[in-house]
Amino acid sequence: MPPRRGDCEPGVAQTVSHDTPEQLAEAARRELEALRRRDKPLTPRDRRAIPLQDMPSQPADVRRANMAEVALGYSPEQTQVESLRCLQCKTAPCVDGCPVRIDIPGFLKAAADGDFKAAIAIIKRNSLLPAVCGRVCPQESQCQENCTLGKVLKDPAKAVSIGRVERFVADLERDGGHARPPEVKPETGRKVAVIGTGPASITVAADVRREGHHVVMFEAFHKPGGVMIYGIPEFRLPKKIVQAEIDALTAMGVEIHTNFLIGRTRKLQDLLEKDGFDAVFIGTGAGLPKFMEIEGENLVGVFSANEYLTRANLMKAYDKGRADTPIYASRKVAVLGGGNVAMDAARTALRLGAAEVHLVYRRTQAEMPARVEEVAHAGEEGVQFHLLQNAKRIIGDDYGCVKGMACVRYELGEPDASGRRRPVEIKGSEFMMEVDTVIVAIGNESNPLIQRTTQGLKVTPWGTVIVDETGKTSIERVFAGGDIVLGAATVILAMGEGRRAAASINDLLKA
Amino acid sequence: MNKILVKRQLSDAVFLMKVSAPLIASERLPGQFIILQLDNDFGERIPLTIADADPAEGSITIIFQTVGKTTRALALKLAGDHIASILGPLGHPTHIEKFGTVVCVGGGIGVAPLHPIAKGMRDAGNRVIAIIGARTRSLVILEDELRAIADELIVVTDDGSYGRRGLVTEPLKELCGRDPKPDLAVAIGPPIMMKACSEATRPFGVHTMVSLNTIMVDGTGMCGGCRVTVGGKTKFVCVDGPEFDGHRVDFDNMMQRLKSYKRQEEEAHHRCRLDAEIASRESPKP
Repeated sequence: MPPRRGDCEPGVAQTVSHDTPEQLAEAARRELEALRRRDKPLTPRDRRAIPLQDMPSQPADVRRANMAEVALGYSPEQTQVESLRCLQCKTAPCVDGCPVRIDIPGFLKAAADGDFKAAIAIIKRNSLLPAVCGRVCPQESQCQENCTLGKVLKDPAKAVSIGRVERFVADLERDGGHARPPEVKPETGRKVAVIGTGPASITVAADVRREGHHVVMFEAFHKPGGVMIYGIPEFRLPKKIVQAEIDALTAMGVEIHTNFLIGRTRKLQDLLEKDGFDAVFIGTGAGLPKFMEIEGENLVGVFSANEYLTRANLMKAYDKGRADTPIYASRKVAVLGGGNVAMDAARTALRLGAAEVHLVYRRTQAEMPARVEEVAHAGEEGVQFHLLQNAKRIIGDDYGCVKGMACVRYELGEPDASGRRRPVEIKGSEFMMEVDTVIVAIGNESNPLIQRTTQGLKVTPWGTVIVDETGKTSIERVFAGGDIVLGAATVILAMGEGRRAAASINDLLKA
Repeated sequence: MNKILVKRQLSDAVFLMKVSAPLIASERLPGQFIILQLDNDFGERIPLTIADADPAEGSITIIFQTVGKTTRALALKLAGDHIASILGPLGHPTHIEKFGTVVCVGGGIGVAPLHPIAKGMRDAGNRVIAIIGARTRSLVILEDELRAIADELIVVTDDGSYGRRGLVTEPLKELCGRDPKPDLAVAIGPPIMMKACSEATRPFGVHTMVSLNTIMVDGTGMCGGCRVTVGGKTKFVCVDGPEFDGHRVDFDNMMQRLKSYKRQEEEAHHRCRLDAEIASRESPKP
């Protein structure tokens, strides 16, 4: 049986190739030539037989010592060959799996024909951030999960690599200098404030600006981009790609104010009542780290993944000697959690020189929320997985610094509300792990600042902002979307939320 | 934005700067702070308390001591220069109301953030007794300003070079022993001083408010680097504070956390000196 998500041993790569980019490109070139020599059109059977194109990547032993991007991207021939694998099924179940409903068979057809310009144009009808989403979307649980080819081959890992093709055509357009900011309609004189500059906010800003409304974005940090800048590391999402998206916004005429915290520098209500904004979008994200609430969590050497990653990414602490922001010097690191953020933190720790990085997760690999590719990459790079285990308390030395962590083992019991089997602690299974650093990556709650400083804004008991089906909050002319509504989720879902809210704002301003 | 309007050296290592920041100046209340950064690519973000603000002029005043790389670099800036980034005002403002008698205790540079709070307390109708302490006479700051506000002002120095000799806790204890005892104490200064003040007032049951200055990155609740243990619970100084009940703060843990990057800071300092030395050796002899 082919390896399925969850069946593989940690550290075993699934579709990550060990061939060099040149070897992969050459194989694809030959494959494409062979396909072109055929005189009959490809049948579904022929398409099924085309080999899945592996993603060229930096060798694990090289990349664990640098911050450069791990996945190097397809060659043009690989892109065409991979796109030819698409069965072009009429029902297009992949589209149902996409939160922004990109015409996936449509762009794959164009890419298969080598018309990469047409391919990116089709994607951009629905998605604003293809270069980002091609890299960070959890395709295996969205479009690719539904892919008929994956089903036919009885292996979801063998679905068409939709995200990789998306990435290639987006990169080609940007690097070729062909990316043009969307056209803007004549100025309407209406003004919209967008709070936050992450994926939801970027989408709203672009969609609202397109209609000719003036858009002002407010960012608390000194650089825009939200989680794509402070959270997701360079080796997974190069910052120049995010910057290109921000530049596109400013080229459209969107105004961006950094170092501006709505709720403190200015109240949300003041934007509407005093500053002349006609509508406000709240896209402030899930920016309040959860902790384990165990003994020893405030010892020196315990960090939220947010802090660790922000120091490393936004503050560039990896650039020792140039960056003023320090990062903790770690030898043995434990990362708690099984999501993308946990993988990012673990892999960052390795790159910053940790001798050992242990990822501790209380369920099994099958339940890990992280992308399969990130888990595989982390394993290849030497992150050690401790599944069905969890931290019980953190132990400090005489100086209040972490010197170890008491853990317990778990077994899987009955399914819980989420449908996942609930991990149950095995009595008497406590053991010690010698570590000097603990990074907590068990999720985020919504940042409470705007809720606390805005009267009448209704929130759930978990602090997320309540919106109706149009993205409108309990306050007139105030909309919200992204993680501040969803809780911690993904870039693409945030973008979908942004699309919806932008449409509502545009409707409101038309009236 | 963020233009330095006035720069004054208050003592050897203490500087005052008035900076143009109109929005912060108009929103800011006593007890709040800013995060400042000198270079948007490689600079670090450091929290500094707002000592004063002038909404009409659109300026805020910061008073800082040169302790690390960023404060040293900031001290080298001149009036007319700009500061790359200032975010604020952050944190909850001080809870000011008529309590009765309020003792305001400031240690060293802590006198700077104490000043607007003392003023606010006086304006709310409180009787204000101020105690300000420093290591030695040249480090005493804002004495005149506090004298103008306080009903009573006590100055202490560690070495007795000015005012009473000793620590701020001694007059604080005496005041707590008066009848009637003070209704509130506000202590701002180095962690060890705030800890000592909290211990001094505890036996008298005088509620004591302290303002914490911890390591921070974003200052908006996102990183949790500033967390402290208060009454056995984890609190974020940036969004839950910066003021807390001094009798409930775990100062020992806070002081340990403040030293988290001591090694890296020492290395960085050492590296600077090494670089300078290498440069001096490599440069051709005249």
